[in-house]
Amino acid sequence: MGSLDLGVSLAFWLMIASAVLCVVYGALNWNKDKEEPVLNTASWDADEDKINEEL
Amino acid sequence: MGMIENIIIILYLATLGYLGFVGYKQTKNSSDYLIAGGNTHPFVMALSYGATFISTAAIVGFGGVAAWLGNSLLWLTFCNIFIGVFIAFVFLGNPTRKMGIRLNAHTFPELLGKRFDSKFIQMFGGGLIAFFMPLYAAAVLIGGTQFIVAYFQTDYHMALLVFSIIITGYVLAGGLKGVMLTDALQGVIMFVAMIALLVMVFSAVGGMDAGFEKLTTVWEKTVAPLANVDMKSLKPGSPDFMMKLSMSWGFSGWDNMPAFLSQGWLFVITTITMGVGIGVLAQPQLVVRFMTVKSKNELNRAVLIGGIFIIAMTGIVFIVGSLTNVWYYEFNEGKNALQSAGSVSKVIPHFINMAMPKWFAFIFLFALISAAMSTLSSQFHTMGTAIGRDLFEQMGFKNINSTLVTRIGVVLMIVISVALAYVFDKQPAIIARSTSIFFALCASIFLPTYFGGLFWKRMTKAGAIASMVVGTIVTSFWLLFVHFQEAKELGVCKALFGVNSLLSGKIIFVDAMIVALPLSILTAIVVSLMSKPESEKLIAKCFGND
Repeated sequence: MGSLDLGVSLAFWLMIASAVLCVVYGALNWNKDKEEPVLNTASWDADEDKINEEL
Repeated sequence: MGMIENIIIILYLATLGYLGFVGYKQTKNSSDYLIAGGNTHPFVMALSYGATFISTAAIVGFGGVAAWLGNSLLWLTFCNIFIGVFIAFVFLGNPTRKMGIRLNAHTFPELLGKRFDSKFIQMFGGGLIAFFMPLYAAAVLIGGTQFIVAYFQTDYHMALLVFSIIITGYVLAGGLKGVMLTDALQGVIMFVAMIALLVMVFSAVGGMDAGFEKLTTVWEKTVAPLANVDMKSLKPGSPDFMMKLSMSWGFSGWDNMPAFLSQGWLFVITTITMGVGIGVLAQPQLVVRFMTVKSKNELNRAVLIGGIFIIAMTGIVFIVGSLTNVWYYEFNEGKNALQSAGSVSKVIPHFINMAMPKWFAFIFLFALISAAMSTLSSQFHTMGTAIGRDLFEQMGFKNINSTLVTRIGVVLMIVISVALAYVFDKQPAIIARSTSIFFALCASIFLPTYFGGLFWKRMTKAGAIASMVVGTIVTSFWLLFVHFQEAKELGVCKALFGVNSLLSGKIIFVDAMIVALPLSILTAIVVSLMSKPESEKLIAKCFGND
């Protein structure tokens, strides 16, 4: 990595760090937020089906 | 091809066909497709998202730009992961999903229109998508076509025609429903293919460190001598012209950032990195995806898989893109990537076909074409609904068959996109440029209204309309009259004022979004604060108990 200059090295390590952040966040929240009873999605689903059927 | 290669290809096609059939039989409605009835493993779901989002534009287009301009493109991968996955899924995904369901919105313009109770916003947004999105679709088409050309050694226009016929048939025959399992299979293949590609390239160039170090030598041997060559003696668009151009823009090697605030720095940072990196947040086809998941849980899981998937796609292809210079130098008579492939858009297809085994190139070709088809389906779906649902339905044409209008709209958009792909293929780095333009347009026009709509209850209809109009006008003005490349190519400025750009100096290299987005944000804030707040009833309808 010695041949990369500071700007490119920074991009490289930020790229790795952001991927690690995504992995850690996803792992910590893997089983969270499953239930949200306040939302009724049935009507939205029905309308979405209708739109795609028409298409 | 040998017997083993034929067997691999037949097995691959058979598996694809089987999964497609299984997926199709299991897919009874869009809910089954989009959330797979809530039963699909998140791994399959996230990979199918990834295969849809990452298209030939990212791999062929931006991979080619990495071969041209080097590893500075890794800033884009950082933005793709941090902004396009983490920020988008963690902070925007769930609020968008909840508001979309509460308002029964099914398109991005419809979400904005219903949030501010404005038909104008929905129609304006739909019109802009129908007008500008063919540019992005053309980029995906060109990327796929370039790979077909490289693999089958055929004419570009013939390949484009055949590809377009396949796409049209796929979309009109029900490709919009999609089949999640095949999408996921493509995602797995793309993932494995990219890892294999990286390993093969590292192996060929002596490892990552050695490869990066050799880039310096290759630059010194193949590009540095151009310093003494007069630019006018080089054919515009030729490989040496492009490399000479990169030097005059402030690049000094594939391992280095261009000089700070040079033309190259402004191009890489403002157009490529910020234009695409920020613009992804306001992509109509991406925003709609948030509304289709069952709960926030799917978004949480998608963050993990999406982060890994994106680094394996764009991270690897950008690193491989720059390292192709070393491979070509060592295995192709001391030439760099552009000198070997001929142009920016041809580097990745040419490299895969030259450097990789034939069977690998075939699998890669199919995975790329499938990724392109998923993305194009999504794009044409978005454009079709923009015309049918957001424009014509809102215009109040009660006697017109909106389904027919939508279908005609889809066909019309395909024709326009193919025409653009036909006309633009000779343009330097056109895939990356047209993708960047579309993403930046979306950011400048939609982002303040989208963010304000989700998170700022005080934002008003007047503020949203003013922001979108300012974003559109400033972006259009910049592209038509200022930006060094687009203003020159479009020719309006030259026709009216006799010059390629109304401004001069480095500012003409600044992307339109850098100027338009702050003005659009400022307009949204000022006009909203100066206008009457929206009714409590509308706010309650949009935000519920949040």
